[in-house]
Amino acid sequence: MQKFIKIAVILTIAAAIAATSIPTLAATSLSGAGATFPEPIYAVWMYKYNQLTGVRVDYQGIGSSGGIRQIKAGTVDFGGSDAPMKGPKVREAGLIQFPMVVGGVVPVCNVQGLEAGQLKLTPEVLAGVFSGEINYWNEEAITSLNPGLALPNEPITVVHRAEGSGTTWIFTNYLDKVSPSWHESIGTGKVVPWPVGVGAKGNPGVANYVQRVNGSIGYVEYAYAVQNNVPHVSLENQAGEYVQPSIASFKAAAANADWASADGYYLVLTDQPGDESWPIVGATFILVHADQSDAGKAEEMLKFFDWCYKHGAEMAVEKDYVPIPKNVADMVRQTWADEIRVDGTAVWK
Amino acid sequence: MRESTVERPSASPGAVHDQSRPDAVFKWLTAACSLVVIVIMAGIFFELVRNSGMAFREFGFSFLTTDSWNPIKGEFGAASSIYGTLVSTGIAMIIAIPLSIIIAVYLVEVAQPRVSRFIGGAVELLAAIPSIIYGMWGLFVFAALMQTHVQPFLGKHLGALPLFQGPPMGIGMLTAGLILAFMVLPFITAITRDVLMMVPPVLKESAYGVGSTMWEAVRFVSLKYGRRGIVGAVFLGFGRALGETMAVTFVIGNSHRISPSLFSAGNTIASSLANEFNEASEPIYLSSLFALALVLFCIMLAFQTIAHYWVTRMQRLEAGDR
Amino acid sequence: MRPRSRTERRAADTAMRVAMVPAALIGIAVLAWILWEVIARGIGALTPAFFTELPTPPGMEGGGLGNAILGTLLMTFLAALLGTPIGLLAGVFLCEFGPSSRIATVVRFTTNLLMGTPSIIIGIFVYSVLVLPFGRFSGWAGAVALAILILPVVMRTTEDMLNLVPDELRESGLALGAPRWRVTLGIIFRAARTGLVTGVLLAVARVSGETAPLLFTALNSFYWPGSLSQPTANMTVTIFNYAMSPYSDWQAKAWGASLLITVSVLAVTVLARFVIRDKRKRA
Repeated sequence: MQKFIKIAVILTIAAAIAATSIPTLAATSLSGAGATFPEPIYAVWMYKYNQLTGVRVDYQGIGSSGGIRQIKAGTVDFGGSDAPMKGPKVREAGLIQFPMVVGGVVPVCNVQGLEAGQLKLTPEVLAGVFSGEINYWNEEAITSLNPGLALPNEPITVVHRAEGSGTTWIFTNYLDKVSPSWHESIGTGKVVPWPVGVGAKGNPGVANYVQRVNGSIGYVEYAYAVQNNVPHVSLENQAGEYVQPSIASFKAAAANADWASADGYYLVLTDQPGDESWPIVGATFILVHADQSDAGKAEEMLKFFDWCYKHGAEMAVEKDYVPIPKNVADMVRQTWADEIRVDGTAVWK
Repeated sequence: MRESTVERPSASPGAVHDQSRPDAVFKWLTAACSLVVIVIMAGIFFELVRNSGMAFREFGFSFLTTDSWNPIKGEFGAASSIYGTLVSTGIAMIIAIPLSIIIAVYLVEVAQPRVSRFIGGAVELLAAIPSIIYGMWGLFVFAALMQTHVQPFLGKHLGALPLFQGPPMGIGMLTAGLILAFMVLPFITAITRDVLMMVPPVLKESAYGVGSTMWEAVRFVSLKYGRRGIVGAVFLGFGRALGETMAVTFVIGNSHRISPSLFSAGNTIASSLANEFNEASEPIYLSSLFALALVLFCIMLAFQTIAHYWVTRMQRLEAGDR
Repeated sequence: MRPRSRTERRAADTAMRVAMVPAALIGIAVLAWILWEVIARGIGALTPAFFTELPTPPGMEGGGLGNAILGTLLMTFLAALLGTPIGLLAGVFLCEFGPSSRIATVVRFTTNLLMGTPSIIIGIFVYSVLVLPFGRFSGWAGAVALAILILPVVMRTTEDMLNLVPDELRESGLALGAPRWRVTLGIIFRAARTGLVTGVLLAVARVSGETAPLLFTALNSFYWPGSLSQPTANMTVTIFNYAMSPYSDWQAKAWGASLLITVSVLAVTVLARFVIRDKRKRA
């Protein structure tokens, strides 16, 4: 027995030493959580930044609602969300909101024999499918748009998000704009009362379920569709043209963005004009507290975001995201300088 | 084992009294440690009640009966989650109870000792597999089988019943219930087997002596003799299925709708918590999730308490019998 | 019961005997099937890099789950360190000091309740008492959640194991004039040693595969567990995230991690069962 006690005591001491001594060796750790929409590019940025500087930036994709909730609760250093908060709401919560990158939401489907970009849908039909009015792949509404395609007599399984999501917000914001009946019955939100379908966790979960369930349709950030070969759908845009999702069509939509007059960077990029524009485009945002408690940490955090603006553009394009234009990045830096404070002094100079 | 009421030597206060002070300290230390569980249980209850207060003030008892789960409008009700929890657990128990009792009878009465040990060991190992593994296997392997074979088959032959209508997605209530059945099966089997092994041989022999078949001896003697233990085992399995989280979250399909079809997606209290607890951004949403947790906690408490009293009562009745 | 003919009764008996074999086979088949899938899909992922390297962003080849393995080991170890002593001493109280006293009955009942409490509720509880007030997801919170799961199991096995120790041993120890605490720790614990160690091992093995209590406490991380006051990488939440992702590389790693966890948990379980069975036979 004494041996056991001895071993236990030694192990306890060892663990205590290990647990207390490592932090002094470790570099700065920043933790963030939120939207899964930008997770593929954030993961790359964090990985590269850690290799270059040793700073550990952690980002867990738990959904945009989670990002807002955890930053408000103060359990993370920064939150991520693709559902922008309106200017007054941001200030009321004592937060700063700024855009990191722009991406596109694409409907993806799993229908036997169908390849990426083959299926064409109009906004009304898309809304019909997601509201459960169109239930079979070979219904008139779909086949009449796709005369050349052999669509099976299979039921459609809608895959939506199980948790509060900015991707859902962007997607439903679009359907809300283009379909009066969607506006009536469902509306815009990070979570909506879906009339049909199954829920999956995060953009990754939706892509996973669509891969797995025959006859399914879901919506994900474009990077998830491309990297995993989940076939996307071609959509009719505001100009009446069928467009394919691509960095070019996202850029065309984002060209309409007027960041300068957007209060708190609240800007919605769905259903934009232009022949080339992909109709469901959105920016993803970072949320931080305006009043920071730790100057060193706050500075490290802003340095990271600054690095992303400066050096992250190429990596973003590689992952099919549209980088934030330089002039907008400068505006954001000005916002940091003006509004982020530790005990009343500016952190970013 | 617990029935022994033999006083431990010097366990009486008088004996402790003349012992040294370290002994008194030791006794109080152990007592304090054992009170930790009570503190934890009280803490859980307190925290859940405190945090769910807002939801119950807002929705009152209709929280339990409405199935609306609409974060846009801020309306929340637990009905769909309670329904899903009970239905998935129900499917699991309907399958697991008879199956595990049959397996246990087989292991004790029919199988050769070597076979019995092998199968018994395998069943016990099933109990040790972490639930997330069941979840992964369920999503990647079992749900695929359900979608391509089992559900089309059921839909074709039993499609007249509303239970088996709708598109075969592989993911849904039925798949979740079946996986839960696989998870609770080993628990019930293991305990039932132990119970059946404790049946005094003389009872069984007298049954055989009056010409009973094996099944009759089991049915009228062994199962009757061991019913208290078996009921306890069933309760244990039931409790486990009620609160199981990960395995269910992978395959149930996370939808807050009540649908008569077992093919459709649903949710359980535990799966909703796993999906939404970290993510709920509005205070009322979060409070509603705490309220869901409180509902699950109370179901569990009520259930365990009933089980406890039932088993004790059966014990007392049996003591009266003999 | 209505009287039945002999043939009818025989037929019922035979039917049951015939039904039993496939039922028993289902039990084995499910286990074999799960194990087979986990091994077949997971073995390929278990390269040396899997154990030593950090995860890479999706789409980038290579990398491993070294941080998650270490994090799970650390948190499980800390949980054992926290939960075991309390559980052992509480078990001593239940068995040695007034096993039939009122307080012991209440404690025993509460222990059963705590054992039956879904682990996700433990996670929520720890979130509201350790994560929210301190403003940080942390490895410590994860360890505490796991410790709460370990505690009741250790209490119960300790009580059971100490009950197997014959009273003569207690009496002879006390007769020699040894104080109660020395008799308990020195003699009774020694006699019940194997049972206690395996009981603790079983409890620890069980919680090492738990996911739900870590979702809201330890969260997860891409880096080595530097400080346990930060979100801490762990295997089970990583499996959950990776398995739910569409990346085939991540899915493969999730299977690898599943294989690792399954094998370790089953190995400890098998070992412990052998020892306990052996012990029960001798006792």
